[in-house]
Amino acid sequence: MTILNPYGMTRRHFMQHVAGAATAIPTMHFLSHLEANASQVKKQQKACILIWMAGGPPTIDIWDLKPGSKNGGEFKPISTKGDMQISEHMPKTAQVMDNLSLIRSMSTREADHARGTYYMHSAYVPNPTVVHPTFGSVVSYELGARRKELDIPSFISIGGSRGSAGFLGMSHSPFVVSSDGTIQNAEINMAEQQRLGQRLDMLQVLESGFINSKRGESANSHKDIYKKAVNLMTSKQMEAFKVDQEPAALKDAYGTGNFGQGLLLARRLVEVGVPFVEVSASVGSWDLHQGVFNSLKDQNLPQLDMGIAALVQDLKQRAMLDDVTIVCMGEFGRTPRINQNVGRDHWAASWTAMVGGGGLKNGQAVGKTDADGIGIEGKSYLPGDLWATVAHSLGIPLDIVHTSKRGRPMKLANGGTPIKELIG
Amino acid sequence: MRRFSKQLSVVFTMLICAGSGVSMADAAPPESRTKAFSTGAFDPFIDYINGRIRQGWEDNEVEPSAVASDEEWLRRVHLDLIGQIPSAEMVEQFSKDRDPAKRSKMIDKLLEDPAYVQNFTNVWTNLLIGRRTPRRVSRNGMQKFLREAFAKNRPWDEIVQDLVTAEGHFEENGAVNYLLAQMQNNDEAVQVTAATTRLFLGIQVQCTQCHNHPFNDWKQNQFWEYNSFFRQMRPVNHRKTDPKTGRQIDDYSEIVATGFNGPVYYEKRSGLMQVAYPIFEDQKVDPQSGVERRKEFSRLIVQGEKPLIATAIVNRMWGYFMGYGFTRPVDDMGPHNPASHPELLNKMAEEFVKKDYDLKQLARWICNSEAYNLTSQFSRNNEIDSPERGETPLFSHMYIKNMTAEQLYDSLIVATGAHKSGQSNWERAEEQRRQWMGQFMVAFDNDSGDDSTTFNGTIPQALMMMNGDLTKNAISADRGSYLNQLLTEKGNDQVKIRKMFLSTLSRYPDRREINSAQRLISGTPNKLAAYQDLYWALLNSNEFVFNH
Repeated sequence: MTILNPYGMTRRHFMQHVAGAATAIPTMHFLSHLEANASQVKKQQKACILIWMAGGPPTIDIWDLKPGSKNGGEFKPISTKGDMQISEHMPKTAQVMDNLSLIRSMSTREADHARGTYYMHSAYVPNPTVVHPTFGSVVSYELGARRKELDIPSFISIGGSRGSAGFLGMSHSPFVVSSDGTIQNAEINMAEQQRLGQRLDMLQVLESGFINSKRGESANSHKDIYKKAVNLMTSKQMEAFKVDQEPAALKDAYGTGNFGQGLLLARRLVEVGVPFVEVSASVGSWDLHQGVFNSLKDQNLPQLDMGIAALVQDLKQRAMLDDVTIVCMGEFGRTPRINQNVGRDHWAASWTAMVGGGGLKNGQAVGKTDADGIGIEGKSYLPGDLWATVAHSLGIPLDIVHTSKRGRPMKLANGGTPIKELIG
Repeated sequence: MRRFSKQLSVVFTMLICAGSGVSMADAAPPESRTKAFSTGAFDPFIDYINGRIRQGWEDNEVEPSAVASDEEWLRRVHLDLIGQIPSAEMVEQFSKDRDPAKRSKMIDKLLEDPAYVQNFTNVWTNLLIGRRTPRRVSRNGMQKFLREAFAKNRPWDEIVQDLVTAEGHFEENGAVNYLLAQMQNNDEAVQVTAATTRLFLGIQVQCTQCHNHPFNDWKQNQFWEYNSFFRQMRPVNHRKTDPKTGRQIDDYSEIVATGFNGPVYYEKRSGLMQVAYPIFEDQKVDPQSGVERRKEFSRLIVQGEKPLIATAIVNRMWGYFMGYGFTRPVDDMGPHNPASHPELLNKMAEEFVKKDYDLKQLARWICNSEAYNLTSQFSRNNEIDSPERGETPLFSHMYIKNMTAEQLYDSLIVATGAHKSGQSNWERAEEQRRQWMGQFMVAFDNDSGDDSTTFNGTIPQALMMMNGDLTKNAISADRGSYLNQLLTEKGNDQVKIRKMFLSTLSRYPDRREINSAQRLISGTPNKLAAYQDLYWALLNSNEFVFNH
């Protein structure tokens, strides 16, 4: 706890790093050089935004329509700027599909919500011997730890979290914020702000006394977490959470609901260097056992459409689209067959995940389902293949092996293979 | 080297004795052995424990740390036995007490405290059903069963037998909640097999679900043999109509017996299908119908002089009190993972069986042992005793532990004196407790097998301790609050500072701390604000959140 003044902390923090890292170069010169490039560096930082459709989206009505089949349902396909057709209720997204791609042959065998959520997030099926890290934690572990200038957590989950860091450890857990950027207990009032320095001074006296009394590493770890928490509270990067500061026109373009604002917040976060952000596609339930078409048409799809289109355009305008990989999916798809309640049930055998940006070869649909959407024609893909593709575009080496606490080796993305057509 | 020189000095002493004609009996023994440590308890088995642990120190050439101060020890034994820190008054009283048997008396007193029951109910509820209650599981039911068990100090073997053989309504027979919680996946009892062997037998057979054990000679069939004991039951979830809304809502759940018989089938890595029959440690159970296999299981697990369930609980409780068990993790015993003190573990398990699986007796042995009474400060002479760096624990000093969320909450309540304001609104207090716990648990997914000694606090938890409502209340200066009361009491700043240290860190401040606190107070125009800041710092300190 060397930094006790809550004001100007980021800069002093930064100076310390500079001082530690580059003693051979005259400090001021080096610093100005760094600052000049700071915005440039940040823009080139790779990141992934996962749009999570909890409940399991009926991708047959969104990304892979089956006109003419008894399973086709009420919606018609429309042409897009990419080399594929999508639902008529996704018109704005259709205009940016040249920047996105579809994997139409996901086949994932887990059709239970909890198991599917675990599997799609980690690429591993649940197993009583170990808790596998969700992929956001993997990215945090691989990329976040190296971004020393990042004061805020490197894996942020907007609108709830759906997985844990497992054996990678608590510091890579999803950091949960609400879609308006509120972090619980991080905001303090003016009076408390003025007192923080004094409180931390006293804390420092107590903590150092305990640490110096030789009781092991844990005492130090506690200090480190507090340092991070204080950095977070006082960092300039906290501005990134203030999604309200965006111009009204942009907020409207994303959609003013929780999902749109959450997505806009995600963009602000990757902009300051957060490598993984998960956003809940909370536009209504995706678990559409009944009334699937009305719900999609009136509620889910208009918001999803707006949000995705706005995000792609926004990232493109900021020259960030090649560095930010977008993934949009749920824990499984839904049955091609329409049930008696005009709904679709759980279906993991053949469904679509959307990916895009990230310097991938976009504008294409990879994989194919048959005319009724039931079987897969040709190659099918597992979540490991999808995450391997994302790892590839984030620059995370695929031969990385993590080790569980019991010493069991775990391949990155469960040893999946990047999808050839997408990585070129 | 150290050992060698010690031997030399002994030889040297003997030579002098011989030369000067002084008899051996008069020669002063080395300083550390002047007097055997005792808490005042008379039980030869405690001496046996101390002897075995000392042997480990000698073999590894480490010197034990000093005995913990009364304050340090009192705080530790309160947290471990009753799940909360002692009050300031208790610390003062205990440190003034001149009774040489005061430690053993304190242990006996705490074992009879109602909070002992609550503490171990918390510990075992978390182990049996997890911190987050799974769907269709009654946390209240589980706690009721455990409260009764710990209040009556029921023998551990009976508690385990009740848990594994449970049947019926989840509130009428709270024991079923263990099975309900472990049967969430509809997975042919895979999870309940893994949990039962891990929690009660202290062995991890779950990896043999899919393949032979990688580090010992356990074969895949073993998992499925255990598994076949748990196939004659299923959870049934009842629904009912909500009279207000007319909608179907969750009613009770239960475990019912099924008529399953015969072998179970599993797939080998090669794809070959295999059969497995109910077999426990080479003892076969008739696979035909009419045999209640869980009853048979509960009979087989208590057989012999030193059954696994005894070794498992001894190892777990030693780990609970000391920070590390004799194996690491405590629930992964077996030929691939030898114990640090095998003789002691085995003997303690045998004695525990002879004492009729008496959990309080087990706690008494451990808390009265020399190792438990040492300070957590290590020195140059035992710094190699560092299990957090992967070394085998020698128990030559106490290892610091994280407080659990429950211990932290209850300690915050004690520190702020809120527990004294009476039980007038128990329900509201309980509601607040659950709310706080829920918030604290966000992003707290550590699995139960984790070491309790690695600090795994998160940023949200630090933020909650710094700025959360409970802390705000704790440092509030409103009428009736702790600070308000303290400030209106007699005494100068120094007296008040000492009081604040006693009620949070359970010890007196040192010179440096008093100076810093006094500087803080004199440098702040608003005295009350200064006291708030001091109190904030005390509650947020590492020393407060660790059990050391």
